[in-house]
Amino acid sequence: MPVDIKAKLIEKKELIPGIFKFSVNAKEIVQTAKPGHFIEIRVNDDIEPFLRRPISIHNMDINSGKLEFIFQVKGKGTEILSKKKVGDLIDIIGPLGNGTFKYEKYENIAIIGGGIGVFPLYELAKNAKNDGKKVYTYLGFRNKDLVVLEEEFTNVSTSLTLTTDDGSYSQKGFAIDFLKKDIEDGKIDSIFACGPLPMLKAVRNLAIEKGIPCQISLEERMGCGLGVCLGCAVKTANSPEEAPQYVHVCKAGPVFDAGYVEI
Amino acid sequence: MNTKINFAGIEMKNPVTVASGTFGYGREYSDFFDLGELGGIITKGTSLKPRSGNKPPRVCETASGMLNSIGLQNPGVEYFAQNDLPFLKKFDTAIIVNACGSSIDEYVDLCKILNTLDIDGVELNLSCPNVKAGCMAFGNTYDGVKQVTSAVRKVLDKPLIVKLTPNVTDIASIAKAVEDAGADGVSLINTLLGMKIDIDKQKPVLANNTGGLSGPAIKPVAVRMVYQVAQAVNIPILGMGGIVNGDDAIEFMLAGAKAISIGAGNFIDPYTSVNTVKGIESYMNRHKIEDINDIVGKVKMN
Repeated sequence: MPVDIKAKLIEKKELIPGIFKFSVNAKEIVQTAKPGHFIEIRVNDDIEPFLRRPISIHNMDINSGKLEFIFQVKGKGTEILSKKKVGDLIDIIGPLGNGTFKYEKYENIAIIGGGIGVFPLYELAKNAKNDGKKVYTYLGFRNKDLVVLEEEFTNVSTSLTLTTDDGSYSQKGFAIDFLKKDIEDGKIDSIFACGPLPMLKAVRNLAIEKGIPCQISLEERMGCGLGVCLGCAVKTANSPEEAPQYVHVCKAGPVFDAGYVEI
Repeated sequence: MNTKINFAGIEMKNPVTVASGTFGYGREYSDFFDLGELGGIITKGTSLKPRSGNKPPRVCETASGMLNSIGLQNPGVEYFAQNDLPFLKKFDTAIIVNACGSSIDEYVDLCKILNTLDIDGVELNLSCPNVKAGCMAFGNTYDGVKQVTSAVRKVLDKPLIVKLTPNVTDIASIAKAVEDAGADGVSLINTLLGMKIDIDKQKPVLANNTGGLSGPAIKPVAVRMVYQVAQAVNIPILGMGGIVNGDDAIEFMLAGAKAISIGAGNFIDPYTSVNTVKGIESYMNRHKIEDINDIVGKVKMN
């Protein structure tokens, strides 16, 4: 059940220019949150900017109540958020969503992320690794300057494949090509993905082609984040164009079985 | 101190309700507070049959507000009666169902069913700007409003409120149509039709191109319209449009609203509605007002 809290900012770090990691005290949220859940942040007490900002949960520590989230400064809201100082209180609602990453019944899981979509995959990888799963992680970035969290993911993965589109760092190419090879080698029994839409589409198609269960975390413009306004709609894959059925990213998601939704 | 009101025959413990489409059927916000603290709940727009709504993107943020083009996605009245109404009945608050349709027959058939349910009233939605048929198509002329409202009045014994669109030249004349057709109250304003363009894609942000603007951005327009309607009709007004606190609510009441609704304000803070109740009480204390009914329409014009 979501709660609305004022969480104290205890640590703040700019990972690369424009991308911030915030650590906050959020015991009430951490107690019930699962990998894949998200939070909604009100960046000030004003009516401008108006809406809350939905942000994924990156990492949690149940013992200390620490919650970490990473965001990119993209507009007014995230700009204001990035200026918060250690000690400031941040208005957060969470955990939100009902669709979370469900990895428990698999043993050899592939985690694939692209760009800023890699953030919520960390909590998943960490949990799965702790539960004794084999965690094959594939992270793709456009170039060397945009690579983040390499060490963190190395620590929670059985193996980490890091790619850059232009080859300026680590492997050249797309993360999905490396995933594909490992699937063909029989190493993978499930796929968990978050990233830009073209990547998610490719992963979804690959999973369907190879007959491997796949869960994807989606983004959509949100109003309330609670399932009330019905703004963040995504069409179900089996409903026809002329009679579309919609589910909502904030309520049914943000994580969906890849075959369930049309992306 | 008295905050109780009787709105169009509906007893409410305070004048604060939540606006249709911004509160679902109450479940989500019941995680945060006792819904019984509210004067009333106006449900998500509900139709005779389920509706799937518009293509996404359906919402976007704008200056001090937001645009939406949900397209009345809802599970239909049958589902509501079986699943949502029993839940809402657990709370000590008035339940008003926002009713929408694509034709007069559909409005009538829907209201025949609503008349049999254990609800306190109906808010007839003649103002949704995001659907092709019905709604605002009826709501923007005197004749259209009178026709639908009269037809529904014949089958509905419960209190009938009609929700008006601001996307008209003379909202007072539309409100008059509601009164002439025998409705018990009016609610206003629904959203203002707007558009936002993504300048990089050179396309509208919303898939439906246009959507309804809500939030504090529209509040001055709403206050003005509430005032105008208050001069034109004798039935009570449910005022809304950008209210986020008690002071905003008082503004609407001074302009002539007997009750108010919190709309998009629910999204920025789940407690906006209950805090508005407290804000009204605090205003009453500050101004030594014994009965909230005493301030309705009491604005002193220059």
